[in-house]
Amino acid sequence: MLDVTGLGHAFGANQVFTDISLTVNEGELVCIVGPSGCGKSTLLRSISGLMTPKSGEILLHGQPVRGKVPGDLAVVFQDYSRSLYPWLTAAGNVEFPLKRLKLTTAERKERVREALEWVGLADAGKKRPRQMSGGMQQRVAIARALAYRPALMLMDEPFASVDAQTRFELEDLLLRVRREHDCTVLLVTHDIDESVYLGDRVVVLSRPPATVAADMKVELPAQRDQIKTRASEAFVSLRSEVARLLHGSGNSEENETEAAEE
Amino acid sequence: MRLIRNVAGVVVFLLIWEGFGRSGYLPVDYFPPPTVVAGTLADQFSSPEYLRALVATLLTWLIAFGISVGVAVPVGLVLGSVPFVRDATRSVIEFLRPIPAVAMIPLALVLFGNGPSMKITLAVYAAIWPIMFNVIYALGQVDQQYLDTARSFGLGRVRTTLRVKLPDVLPFAITGFRLSATVALLVIVAIELVNGGSIGIGTYVMQYGENVGHMDIVFAGAVVAGALGVLINSGIALLQRKLVPWGGGTE
Repeated sequence: MLDVTGLGHAFGANQVFTDISLTVNEGELVCIVGPSGCGKSTLLRSISGLMTPKSGEILLHGQPVRGKVPGDLAVVFQDYSRSLYPWLTAAGNVEFPLKRLKLTTAERKERVREALEWVGLADAGKKRPRQMSGGMQQRVAIARALAYRPALMLMDEPFASVDAQTRFELEDLLLRVRREHDCTVLLVTHDIDESVYLGDRVVVLSRPPATVAADMKVELPAQRDQIKTRASEAFVSLRSEVARLLHGSGNSEENETEAAEE
Repeated sequence: MRLIRNVAGVVVFLLIWEGFGRSGYLPVDYFPPPTVVAGTLADQFSSPEYLRALVATLLTWLIAFGISVGVAVPVGLVLGSVPFVRDATRSVIEFLRPIPAVAMIPLALVLFGNGPSMKITLAVYAAIWPIMFNVIYALGQVDQQYLDTARSFGLGRVRTTLRVKLPDVLPFAITGFRLSATVALLVIVAIELVNGGSIGIGTYVMQYGENVGHMDIVFAGAVVAGALGVLINSGIALLQRKLVPWGGGTE
């Protein structure tokens, strides 16, 4: 459903990525993982139509996306505190994009209620973002995307700003809702473990100017578990494979990248 | 607890004032203590002439403030949203803004005569800037990600302005209201004091106090003006809490 061909972008003379091609099929969860500065966010912004890349083509359902946001797409940003509107309640934020759609008030309210329930916030609809923890706020942002019923959900480092415990919870939440509601998701992360744990496929980007270093299928059972899956042999070998592709050889460089990402 | 501290502050202030006034350091006629001023205030509030003056000042203020909000908010929104217009008007605004309204009294006298419309015009002139600047500034500061989020859900320009920019600007605009309300009152009373002419508490103080050496009336006038300022300010603060329950903007 999403076909990206030969995408390239540069900021001035600084080429961030060149010749990126990837596809996302209906119902898939694809993770893009890459070192910092390889233009992951730029790539996602291009796909979402928020910006126009210098070269290449993006097709969503065969329709070109060029600098115009398609109507059936939702983006979940990393920084939930600047993505949720503080003047709206949780329910108000979830309802925000629905007002544009041709829905009756009852349908809209039902979608809001349902989406908040899916993310485990059925009782928090009246709270305002600033009364909620970071994890709760990001759940609201996910609920907002789900309620919009997008054909494709784009997630830009969605769990990078929450603590480790919350992060595990939100990862499992994402796996659960996509399984229950057949979402198609393209998720960008710098976290190798996360990409393998969440993805049906992992697209590995190289250092800038980035290209696709590998596009791997994740051969793990659909039902994943934070403890067991991460300890399984398949997971461990996949994650080292991705790490090798990401960092190449040379440990000092690896440390550098890790440090830069902190 | 905070109320007690506030009251304690006022009481201590009044005691010092009373002590100083009674100390004989300055003649009581020149520096009347609060007990004397309180008596004067009580007399004034039973005088219809004074009450008329008070109402006149308040009405003038209300009209001036209303016009300021009515002019400054739309103009600020236009200037803040259209970069070309903002740049084109910047230097004119920067020139006009620092001119004290009181300095324009002679011009305003010629144009509007010595009536309420003169006071209102100058008060509006002084009071539109804080609102306008706050609105322009806040529009420029709307978080890019708020806008990206709206765009990613397919909201157009008009919807984004109504549903994202306006609520985000509101707390800043109200802060502007607070500043402007005080400035308008200040300018009105100052014009009355300097220029007399039309009815108002400043004019009353000048006629019955300043000109005939009744300092108690001057002090009473200051107390009333101060009290009005406090009332107006807390009124708008209350409005702010009602309209901006998320406490945005100022953080």
